[in-house]
Amino acid sequence: MQGLKARALELLNDGTVSRVLGWKIGENTYDPEPAFFETAEAMEQFVYNNFCAANLSKYMIEASKLEGKTLVCLKPCDSYSFNQLLAEHRIDREKAYIIGVGCKGKLSIEKVKQSGLKGILSVTDTDPLKVETLYGDAEVAYKDAMLDRCHVCKGKEHVVYDELYGESEDTSDADRFEQVRAIEAMSPEEKFAFFQAELSKCIRCNACRNVCPACSCRKCVFDSNKFDSAQKANVDSFEEKMFHIIRAFHVAGRCTDCGECSRVCPQGIPLHLFNRKFIKDINALYGEYQAGADVDAKGPLTSFTTEDAEPGVVSQGGIV
Amino acid sequence: MKKIAITKLNDLYAAIAQNQSLLLPIKRAGQTNFGIWTEDAEVDLQTLKTVKSAKDAFFPQSENLYTCYKDGKKISIAPEKLQEESFVVFGMKGCDVRGAMVLDKVFLANPVDNYYAARREHGIIVSLACSQPEESCFCKAFGIDCAEPEGDVVTWLTADYLYWKPVTEKGEALTAQVADLLEDADDKAVSEQKAAIAATVEKLPYANISLEGWNGDALKEKFDSPLWEQLYKPCLACGTCTFVCPTCQCYDIKDYDTGNGIQRYRCWDSCMYSDFTMMAHGNNRNSQMQRFRQRFMHKLVYFPANNDGMYSCVGCGRCVDKCPSHLNILKVIKAFGKEGK
Repeated sequence: MQGLKARALELLNDGTVSRVLGWKIGENTYDPEPAFFETAEAMEQFVYNNFCAANLSKYMIEASKLEGKTLVCLKPCDSYSFNQLLAEHRIDREKAYIIGVGCKGKLSIEKVKQSGLKGILSVTDTDPLKVETLYGDAEVAYKDAMLDRCHVCKGKEHVVYDELYGESEDTSDADRFEQVRAIEAMSPEEKFAFFQAELSKCIRCNACRNVCPACSCRKCVFDSNKFDSAQKANVDSFEEKMFHIIRAFHVAGRCTDCGECSRVCPQGIPLHLFNRKFIKDINALYGEYQAGADVDAKGPLTSFTTEDAEPGVVSQGGIV
Repeated sequence: MKKIAITKLNDLYAAIAQNQSLLLPIKRAGQTNFGIWTEDAEVDLQTLKTVKSAKDAFFPQSENLYTCYKDGKKISIAPEKLQEESFVVFGMKGCDVRGAMVLDKVFLANPVDNYYAARREHGIIVSLACSQPEESCFCKAFGIDCAEPEGDVVTWLTADYLYWKPVTEKGEALTAQVADLLEDADDKAVSEQKAAIAATVEKLPYANISLEGWNGDALKEKFDSPLWEQLYKPCLACGTCTFVCPTCQCYDIKDYDTGNGIQRYRCWDSCMYSDFTMMAHGNNRNSQMQRFRQRFMHKLVYFPANNDGMYSCVGCGRCVDKCPSHLNILKVIKAFGKEGK
């Protein structure tokens, strides 16, 4: 981490970049916050540890409007989101200096808590995690504290960068579409019960939308004040479902499966499953496609070829 | 002091639910929130903090206020029925009970909010002491005793028993309803637990965070501080902090066109949202920095200035646990403390 900080500081001091977009040290190891650093003094607070889960690519939309270049730290999977935003002309490549930072899977304090630990006073980001709590000390295996998305890691390669720092590891040890297939295999009644139980927890905080790099509209349709319904009200269970389903449709073909939606949901709703269903169907209908992998690739849903699936596929119940 | 064996808690819930609806922490799809008790509900008293606070019991996230019906050229208006039956909220922690008292300052002051007042009048609070406070708890900073919370009945959960102490008339009446299930108990186990909780609270990292300088006198210097510009930056402008908060009380009122009438409803609003307090002339807070500042200024400066020093934060720490960007009120308080501003 010290080497990364020194390199970022060097680029800041020699004027290559005007600011650094990284993470600021929190109150504890597990709560670093995304931050812009503009001075050497501010950089003293710079941190990069295994709890730096936030995907910083979306902050580049605002940073692209600022004077000068912004040094942005991107993990391998974040680089897909950056590329996708680039493909959609939402960010300016010339305004970014990308350090592709190494990643060996990111940790979640929620996962540490789910292991049954309460009153966490300190935690290391090592394997295993050493956890000091008000009620005794414990250890948690690194894999058990990893975010769900890291179990289906996209690999250790950055798809866009100016320079690389640190080693990455492919941490995937699960099948990306296993849960989707499990839901597909459910009866309609079971599916309804599953989604109702999950989505009725939604509090309409909109964290999933606001963190999503694919949700980059300047003004979200749900924020319109011309509607009778409110984007902030969980009026009835139907509307809650509609919001998430509409959002999933809107990001279909553009979602890189970065997993931020599920990471930030305060109610632990596995929102990424909607997106993965679309990804799985797109793969089946239009051929394997990974959003953000290639900035010049044509989007499966935004380009037409004569080989495209006929709409009838949908009325026949889609691809299972 | 009364007690009931843990193994008989389901009988207690059933007995309470026989006479009124019972809300308590229920685990559903992996998360614990307040919900209405049913035979097959998975009651969860072990999770310290429900994701959402108990605020919905008195001030629901969405509620109808009245409905207008159109029949030809005739329009009739039907106000929503006010809460008339009593109900019990079981398992509220000290922070959430104080949260309701903060809401009282807003909704029970003139003009009284009838919808809220009716729920407060008919709601019976059975609070539960926090046997295992967690690191993000700082209710002590607001003078809350999580070892003996306020409420109509106060309870303590030990390994074998739930101890039960009625403290108000409402609490006595509820106790009488379930008297058959309760047995007399001495204070020993409760005293021991209270001492243990007090010792744990002293070890909490933020229990004694200083609120010095947070009052109405500091309004202008706090408002104008350059710190906000640095603090707000990672804010995603989502409403998580406001929607899990036991004291956030802002709401919006909207009309829903049902096709042959109008449902006027209100729903929680969030100062984090771009259309918050939008008026005909536009918006008086048009940057996220201003919206972010509003939340903390309201809780720590405006509210105490208007309510005899009462903060509209109760130190439950939900926002600390849930912010996607790891921003929170503790970081704000500490940032100002460090700068001495």
